Amino acid sequence: MADTSTTAAAKPIDPRLAVLREFWFYFSENRGAVIGMWVFLFVVAIAVFADVIAPHGAIDQYRDALLKPPFWQEGADPRFLLGTDAVGRDMLSRLIYGSRFSLFVGCIVVSGALVVGVIVGLVAGYAGGRVDALIMRVMDIILAFPSLLLALALVAVLGPSLINAMIAIAIVQQPHYVRLTRAAVLSEKTKDYVVAARVAGARPLRLMFVTILPNCLSPLIVQAALSFSTAILDAAALGFLGMGAQPPTPEWGTMLAEAREFILRAWWVVTFPGVAILVTVLAINLMGDGLRDALDPKLKRS
Amino acid sequence: MQSLREMLRFLLYRIGLLVPTFIGVTIAAFGFIRILPGDPVLLMAGERGVSPERYDELMRQFGYDRPLWEQYFDFLGGIATGDLGNSLVTKKPVFDEFFTLFPATLELSICAIIFAMLLGIPAGVLAATRRGSWLDQTVMGTALVGYSMPIFWWGLLLIILFSGILQWTPVSGRVSLLYFFPPVTGFMLIDSLLSGQKGAFTSAVSHLILPTIVLGTIPLAVIARQTRSAMLEVLGEDYVRTARAKGLAPVRVIGLHALRNALIPVITTIGLQVGVLLGGAILTETIFSWPGIGKWMVDSIFRRDYPAVQGGLLMIAVVVMLVNLIVDLLYGLINPKIRY
Repeated sequence: MADTSTTAAAKPIDPRLAVLREFWFYFSENRGAVIGMWVFLFVVAIAVFADVIAPHGAIDQYRDALLKPPFWQEGADPRFLLGTDAVGRDMLSRLIYGSRFSLFVGCIVVSGALVVGVIVGLVAGYAGGRVDALIMRVMDIILAFPSLLLALALVAVLGPSLINAMIAIAIVQQPHYVRLTRAAVLSEKTKDYVVAARVAGARPLRLMFVTILPNCLSPLIVQAALSFSTAILDAAALGFLGMGAQPPTPEWGTMLAEAREFILRAWWVVTFPGVAILVTVLAINLMGDGLRDALDPKLKRS
Repeated sequence: MQSLREMLRFLLYRIGLLVPTFIGVTIAAFGFIRILPGDPVLLMAGERGVSPERYDELMRQFGYDRPLWEQYFDFLGGIATGDLGNSLVTKKPVFDEFFTLFPATLELSICAIIFAMLLGIPAGVLAATRRGSWLDQTVMGTALVGYSMPIFWWGLLLIILFSGILQWTPVSGRVSLLYFFPPVTGFMLIDSLLSGQKGAFTSAVSHLILPTIVLGTIPLAVIARQTRSAMLEVLGEDYVRTARAKGLAPVRVIGLHALRNALIPVITTIGLQVGVLLGGAILTETIFSWPGIGKWMVDSIFRRDYPAVQGGLLMIAVVVMLVNLIVDLLYGLINPKIRY
């Protein structure tokens, strides 16, 4: 106890803080990543304060203002900055509320796939032998199907809804986490510090979660960023195909599906939801690239 | 001789690995309507519902009243004889439907991957050789936008621009209805040429352009990024420096020495795009009403045509597994460092 306090006094910087600082140093070198982070934080802020920012309700219909163009075009209604859709709902408000669904999908899918994937991957890598072989074959089976097709088929059986879409997407993404975790565990398992912990009497659960897992985190964090954006894209795609969030939910993909028939008459109902998806996904991918560069020691110096 | 035998052994080993996966895939395709919650007959009937008598009749007709393992072995026996059951909607064998529609998806996918390679590899090489320049940043920025693209929206945008405003390309289908010719190869580009009808080939090409761009966008972005990073790695190697020191022209160094080695990981990446292509085909074919496997699967799912969905899932998984196997073998052929 006294020992730690003296070292802490000698070195005023908490080692965890130092790690964070080093991370931020490399991350902030990547201009794109920093821009991506700000855009992402902006989208998060919009989602959090949607009730305050949105000028209208997401499903409020104005029967006197159907398919009004955005404010800079002739015939626009000043009440609706980005125009209205075919049933007179404000585009801007629907886009603002839609950010909630996309971020929600990303968070739930990533945490679900991550937790299950990490546990299964730890077990596979740690146990080895038949358990490992069985788990990996099951993952091979999931990976043999194109992920969007499998998600689509799963949702068709579970019933089309946003929740079921998230479950399906989490299922198709989870093998990537299993493979990554297993590979990392296999390379860490035989290292001296793990053997030392085992000899010191640490039990399997402690070895898996406390000793090995923290050293496997880097690739998992990068994968999480990547799959966050894939989850948003896939959920929007399912919504677009009619198998995700159901109307009148202002989910961006679902909005695009509803807008399809007006594609040649009202460009704004088709353009804006797509821009929202693209900007959000691009921001996350920019951050993901920055994370990878900052966390991957092999690429650090390149 | 020795290496041939070793390759053969590797081939057998790889095929051996596929066997359990294949069995798993059959179980997954078979089980997804039976194991997941929901009664298949009620699901097929949809919201209309069925009378109890009709329900029993349907249960018997599809064999759902028999034990699961019996149904499964029937399914396996069907696979062995090329019988995947009949579609509920068209009443035609699922196996035949798949192979009627598959050439359309194959043609589109091949065009998309060629488009992606023709643009992506030069773009990646250019970015790597001018690392850090505005060109590099522009190319990589564009690639990341392409990688983040919701392609169903991208397709709609292209339709608005090229079919709506400019009226350059048709909106949907594979060839104009003005032309009719029997499918010989199933590839519209070849069939339209064979038909000898004036304008048929041009029509087929104009129908193909937008879907190719849409489906090729994500592979293009992935290939450009992968080519760049592979090139960067190779350009730092000693043999490249030696080639440069010998006074070889930069084009020769990059084209002959560096690119050849950089392409090895790129080819793997291209192979891995097959799953992406088949997934993307679902969206692309839906948007452009392209009569291929992707649209067929979506339609079958919506029509609750479960024999078609079950058979289609199986066939698509088999295609993905076969392509992955071929990529693995090719990788060994082109990479002299790998010997089995």
